[in-house]
Amino acid sequence: MADITLKNITKQYGDGYRAVRDVNLDIADGEFVILVGPSGCGKSTLLRMIVGLEDITSGDMLIGGERVNEKAPRDRNLSMVFQNYALYPHLTVYENIAFPLRLAKFGDAEVDRRVHQASELLELDEHLQRKPANLSGGQRQRVAMGRAIVRQAQAFLFDEPLSNLDAKLRGQMRAEISRLQKRLGITTVYVTHDQIEAMTLGDRVAVLRKGELQQVATPRDLYTSPVNLFVAGFIGSPPMNFIPATVSDGELHTPFGEWRLPESRRPDLGGHDIVLLGARPESFEDSSVVPDTIREHGVVFDANVDVIEWLGNEQYAYVPYEAPEDIRAQLADLERELDSEAMRTQLVVSLDATSRIPEGTTAELWLDLRKIHVLDPATGRNLSVAAADAAGSDGAAGSEGAGATSDASAPEPSPAADENPSP
Amino acid sequence: MDEGKVSRRDRSLWWIAGVVVIAYALFPVAWIVSVSFKTPSDLGSNRFLPTTWVWENYENILAGGAQDLFLSALRNSVGISLLATFISVVLATFAAYAIARLDFPGKRVILTTALAVAIFPVISIVTPLFNLWRNIGLYDTWPGLIIPYLSLTLPISIWTLSAFFRQIPWELEQAAQVDGATTWQAFRKVIVPLATPGVFTTAILSFFIAWNDFVYGISLTSTEAARPVPAALAFFTGASQFVDPAGAIAAAAVVVTIPVVVLVLLFQRRIVSGLTQGAVKG
Ligand SMILES: Nc1ncnc2c1ncn2[C@@H]1O[C@H](COP(=O)(O)OP(=O)(O)OP(=O)(O)O)[C@@H](O)[C@H]1O
Ligand SMILES: [Mg+2]
Repeated sequence: MADITLKNITKQYGDGYRAVRDVNLDIADGEFVILVGPSGCGKSTLLRMIVGLEDITSGDMLIGGERVNEKAPRDRNLSMVFQNYALYPHLTVYENIAFPLRLAKFGDAEVDRRVHQASELLELDEHLQRKPANLSGGQRQRVAMGRAIVRQAQAFLFDEPLSNLDAKLRGQMRAEISRLQKRLGITTVYVTHDQIEAMTLGDRVAVLRKGELQQVATPRDLYTSPVNLFVAGFIGSPPMNFIPATVSDGELHTPFGEWRLPESRRPDLGGHDIVLLGARPESFEDSSVVPDTIREHGVVFDANVDVIEWLGNEQYAYVPYEAPEDIRAQLADLERELDSEAMRTQLVVSLDATSRIPEGTTAELWLDLRKIHVLDPATGRNLSVAAADAAGSDGAAGSEGAGATSDASAPEPSPAADENPSP
Repeated sequence: MDEGKVSRRDRSLWWIAGVVVIAYALFPVAWIVSVSFKTPSDLGSNRFLPTTWVWENYENILAGGAQDLFLSALRNSVGISLLATFISVVLATFAAYAIARLDFPGKRVILTTALAVAIFPVISIVTPLFNLWRNIGLYDTWPGLIIPYLSLTLPISIWTLSAFFRQIPWELEQAAQVDGATTWQAFRKVIVPLATPGVFTTAILSFFIAWNDFVYGISLTSTEAARPVPAALAFFTGASQFVDPAGAIAAAAVVVTIPVVVLVLLFQRRIVSGLTQGAVKG
């Protein structure tokens, strides 16, 4: 068990492509850190640098306080689940799991005990004598997992370990990994695409974009105080709505009318002509079901409800609107980069399940202005969050001060907000 | 195979087709075997099966008059083919490993050259080789045959092996290193077991090519010092010079087929395709 520290880690591949750029990250002993980001953003590269399979172009990698840049993988004593499992096809499941133990020269009895312990945990007992080729995807994934947990490593590294499982098994394995990690208390770095995994598993989540670290924060902070447009759009499903607005002395002109932000959410808008207002689907509500006690914290506006999706516990309404061409292009770019569901110029609004707004009508919606993020379309920065940050540190500076800017929306001050002390 | 989906009629058609192909392919072999058991007087009888089954021809080549000719040829064939196979597999393994793993200038050139050599007609280089070998003293020696055999076996070995090596999931080497293996351990415990079937397949192919060669064997040898079996068959005579040697030739042909059959049966289980299945997803 050990802490892992990444200092200014950069990776440039042989063809000149910079896959990881100046990443700083402190992973505490026993902590569970999630790496998320769109495909090709450098998550696997980062993981492979930690484990020692990829040379580090510049920067320092410290494990347990010791610099390991030049150490071979075997001397780092980390265990890893590869994105494509990498099972040994000529060995049985038993021998696959036993492989690290045999290399470490454990006695047969000890090997047997540990393999059975792992196989029992992963429900692989009846497959121990089979070859990987004859297993299902989920079973292979569990074998890879077994091989990783069977020995006492300093840390676990998982590269999308659940990506090939069906929804039910994924849920089970997610719970299993979480339990396992808590029980063993082993430092874990976990790469995933999956929103739910990212939000539920980790102590902290690190968001990567094109090799650059955008924000490292607890799942709650990430959700309530994203530092920039990218993180805001990446975390959450359905994604955050971005509404263009023009600024004129304190008032915001939006496609839905003139809005005035409450004191707590009003950053300094001097020098900004156009901003994007970020509002999560659940910040909206059917105005007829909003209790009077909170109604005053928001605005009510008329919206043309195009489509309604009723899910039982809630319903989603789709509200198309007109936006200036350049904003629309920028949103389309972001959408492409995030690989997300359509974020066209339409609002996705989550309504109470009891709301009876009919499709294809104009309805009165209410938006909680206390939960709005003001984003700068030019730099992508979240002005609401950055307001407390002194100018100068940019998006990658983590979530420091996040708790100070957001009042109602961030009830807990972030325990992890000490990310990236400036060097 | 999913037999269940094939209807009965389809299945019987497949059976008939199979039997026809096998009969067509094996008829000459059956005929050779039959001839090898005939007496010289029986050869002209125009009957498929011998009237009386005799071991005379086998005795002749293994213990009788043709013994010297045949046994020395057998020794030459076995020795030369094994050596040529060994050398070509070792060289091809290195070459294919480099081609599959490394990016170096000239990689394509090597592959294209190998292909070009493989399609070059043997007969057109035999005559120059004959002259050259006589001048430098390689004529009628083992190396004199091994070297041209390498030109036949190396290209195909390099091609099959590099194709085989390319489909080995090399991440496994890295996985092994993460699991605590040294580079050498990762190679020996993971890569070697995966590569072995490919190497065996290639070795058997090479051996057959060398074993079956006739053109080089007949042109580049003149005595028992190096003449391999396919060439030696032409020099067989009967018990007296008036006796048709066909029986002895047939017996020799049967004898030289046996090692090939044995080899295939022996290594059949080694030539497993798709052994790398299941290592990675998808
Ligand atoms: N060996 C390599 N040589 C050159 N570029 C590479 C190499 N491996 C990866 N890259 C590039 O580095 C970037 C990051 O790759 P990486 O595999 O780390 O992405 P990822 O975040 O793991 O994506 P995914 O979620 O699809 O697995 C990609 O743009 C990729 O093209
Ligand atoms: Mg990856």
